[in-house]
Amino acid sequence: MNSHGAAPLIVRERGQREVFCGLTGIVWLHRKIQDAFFLVVGSRTCAHLLQSAAGVMIFAEPRFATAIIDERDLAGLADVHESLNEVVDQLLARRPNLRTLFLVGSCPSEVIKLDLDRAAERLGQRHGPGLRVLNYSGSGIETTFTEGEDRALTALVPAMPNPSTAGEAPDFLIVGALADVVEDQFRRLFAGLGIERVAFFPGNRSDALPGMGPDTRIVLAQPFLSATLKALEDRGGRHLPAPFPLGAEGTTAWLWAIAEEAGVAPARFEAVTAAGRARAKKAMSRSRDTLDGRQVFFFPDSQLELPLARFLSEELGMQLTEVGTPYVHRAIIDPELDRLPADLRVVEGQDVDAQLARVRSVQPDLTVCGLGLANPLEAEGLRTKWAIELVFTPIQGYEQAGDLAELFARPLRRKARLEALA
Amino acid sequence: MKLTLWSYEGPPHVGAMRVAASLKDIHYVLHAPQGDTYADLLFTMIERRASRPPVSYSTFQARDLGSDTATLFKDTVARAVETFQPKALLVGASCTAELIQDDPGGLAQALNLSIPIVPLELPAYQKKEDWGASETLYQLVRQLAGRVTPEAAAEARAALPGPSCNILGPMSLGFRHRDDLEEVRSLLDALGIRVNAVAPLGADPEAIAHLGDAHFNIVLYPELARPAGEWLRRRFGQPMVETVPLGVSATREFIAEVAACAGVDSAPALALERRLRMPWYSLSVDSNYLTDKRVFIFGDGTHALAAARIAQEEMGFEVVGLGSYSRVMARPLRVAAEALGLEALITDDYLEVEAAIEAAAPELILGTQMERHIAKRLGIGCAVISAPVHVQDFPARYAPQMGYEGANVIFDSWIHPLTMGLEEHLLGMFSEDFEFSNDAAPSHLGHASHLAPVPSPVSSPRRAEGAVDPSPRAAEVGESSLSWAPQAEAELKKIPFFVRKKARRNTEQFALDHGLWVITVETLYDAKAHFAR
Repeated sequence: MNSHGAAPLIVRERGQREVFCGLTGIVWLHRKIQDAFFLVVGSRTCAHLLQSAAGVMIFAEPRFATAIIDERDLAGLADVHESLNEVVDQLLARRPNLRTLFLVGSCPSEVIKLDLDRAAERLGQRHGPGLRVLNYSGSGIETTFTEGEDRALTALVPAMPNPSTAGEAPDFLIVGALADVVEDQFRRLFAGLGIERVAFFPGNRSDALPGMGPDTRIVLAQPFLSATLKALEDRGGRHLPAPFPLGAEGTTAWLWAIAEEAGVAPARFEAVTAAGRARAKKAMSRSRDTLDGRQVFFFPDSQLELPLARFLSEELGMQLTEVGTPYVHRAIIDPELDRLPADLRVVEGQDVDAQLARVRSVQPDLTVCGLGLANPLEAEGLRTKWAIELVFTPIQGYEQAGDLAELFARPLRRKARLEALA
Repeated sequence: MKLTLWSYEGPPHVGAMRVAASLKDIHYVLHAPQGDTYADLLFTMIERRASRPPVSYSTFQARDLGSDTATLFKDTVARAVETFQPKALLVGASCTAELIQDDPGGLAQALNLSIPIVPLELPAYQKKEDWGASETLYQLVRQLAGRVTPEAAAEARAALPGPSCNILGPMSLGFRHRDDLEEVRSLLDALGIRVNAVAPLGADPEAIAHLGDAHFNIVLYPELARPAGEWLRRRFGQPMVETVPLGVSATREFIAEVAACAGVDSAPALALERRLRMPWYSLSVDSNYLTDKRVFIFGDGTHALAAARIAQEEMGFEVVGLGSYSRVMARPLRVAAEALGLEALITDDYLEVEAAIEAAAPELILGTQMERHIAKRLGIGCAVISAPVHVQDFPARYAPQMGYEGANVIFDSWIHPLTMGLEEHLLGMFSEDFEFSNDAAPSHLGHASHLAPVPSPVSSPRRAEGAVDPSPRAAEVGESSLSWAPQAEAELKKIPFFVRKKARRNTEQFALDHGLWVITVETLYDAKAHFAR
């Protein structure tokens, strides 16, 4: 709880949004879930977005594609469901080993009211039981960036097995796509704490989903999973609110919420986490020298903004100016809000031109923003951090705390080093 | 519906954005849902543009669909005009807004703004990026230059001290447009021809309005600017130079055509050949190894056509594949391909291009960033000759493709991925040296670029079949009926990797044609002699 005992005020704003749509989540989900394929039913714009967002990080054939709707589909000359059948047949001929196919709705498919529920059901009957066909919407009219992962995981929830006996369900379900290396680190920590029955969702395989039992506690590893949380609660799980595992303090608070629930003694917790915590602090110390006392401004992007703001202010001494975030889900984010200064300006939503005017007047030392804004702001003399890197990089846990701090410190160190070029 | 893994072109509104981002004092208001703003990053990241592209988005969400998206669009227009104070406005819809049929043009007109409004109708489910760019430039030119009468333009032209021209086509996110323009300007400078305007790159609405003042037009990129050039020819009687100065010969022809249009002597521009090193480099003995190198060419129409000519006539390569994703250029490409004994591959299906490249087994691919992916997978060298662009296609240095310096740059960049002459011989002679494997990449390209492992467990079935080359004929008769003797198989491995596949296929074909069931070393060399004829 902050010194004022009150959470920051949240201002809502509407206008032009400079954010990705939910389709973008496919860029990391298709790497995380290795036996799944994401087929966007959309337009050439959708295909172009995925290619532009993913272009820098594709080193193998992607497990995503777009079924591009054309004028024949729209004019009713072709039966859309028949067209989709053909596309899926073609896809499965190329990739016979898929276990899950996600049909992903887009703005155009939503506007023409293409019934992907029905299509998924039909395709599931046609290609099952070896292939599970699910669907969700990643459209821009309904989802903002990371909400795409939220929808995808929500679609997976009904596929989780319902254990007949409580013994098959995990005690703790860690929810949200994490880098494999982070997942392994957490597994080792849980083992050290004596918490054995922990499952991660999603894992690498969609055909080996963890079960959900009435005693399973849901622990979010990512803050943008409100719909997934609700779906899991509907399955009987109980939410364990916690700060997010960013930085030494965030990771400790997150782990402690789990450990306390599991009845781990404080002494054992201390013994198991002390080394990681010390390493995290050590690794962050160089960046702390760079960031301490500097001002940071967040444009809305991934909903990670509030946890990151907490990390920067609490652990690295940065001054928060404005923190923009697409949505604020209080049930999830309150543990973070409680640790933030009460006079912080939190802006939910976006009006990009108004926000640009504010960042120009604040002139922060560091601005966290999307790729469309970063170079223009740099050219105006502001230093920026690409927000997307915070989603595509392993940042959670003790061993990544130094890397996370470095992501923010690097632009400032770079500016200092290249002074001659300015 | 069409299954698409990668696409060569974006939607048509991205083409319109490229035109808008090239212009000054113009703003584009796009009726589009949240998320379509991703396109901004093409400009700010790929091109490292230092300002936001001049585009405002209505960014409607699902909750707006039931209420009033039209009002949201009108408000966006009003705010954009107030904030950015443009001198002309482009308005249009992206794919989703096209479906809700709000009529952006009509809505913007209803605001009674004091600036010209150019409404764009870009059918997103039918057309693509290059068409969108071309159509936008055409509409803009028609609307703005159409306000000037041919008589007024003729009067302005008569008052000019000497010949002048417009350069049409260079734009944002074009492949080397920035440097091509500078190179072409230097040729025009040498000829004493004034550039009245470049459109769209760097032009403002006033410059577009006065395109008719010039004596003639140069269309540098036909896919992007021919309709605008044709309209100007009809309206103002301006001749249109259509030769694209890519390569040594084409540059010479371009200079001759431009000089004839302007009625000036071509000698001063031809004198710039003192900077041209390419012909000597290609003629020198060191380049003998380039002879008959098998190249596969794929790109936009303009660059693919030019590359085929340069490859054949100026580098001495053998063109084994020629294609383009520009349907509008299909006809000249088919003619060019036929002259090379090939069938042009006109497609925007990346998988089809990949299959064609595998089948042709080239030693070098001249393609786009997509073919660079294919090349990496197949372990073949690749030079990029065309859009779609990547951040690497905007080098810090001056690197035109057009004109004399362009010819120099092309020579360097095309031979860079190849194994050099003597190195190739040594590889052939000592291919069994364990540290000197002929599967290795050229020594000057540090990273290994040989056959990349297939991603497991979900690789494409075509590639997952393992060591046996799935040649159709062999497959027809069944693997059991045609086999390789171990010695022949070992001998095959001594053939450089980039032609091994072809050798395997040819040998199997030869064996089948001659009713042989076991391929021996003899068969291998018989086949080699047979196909060498």
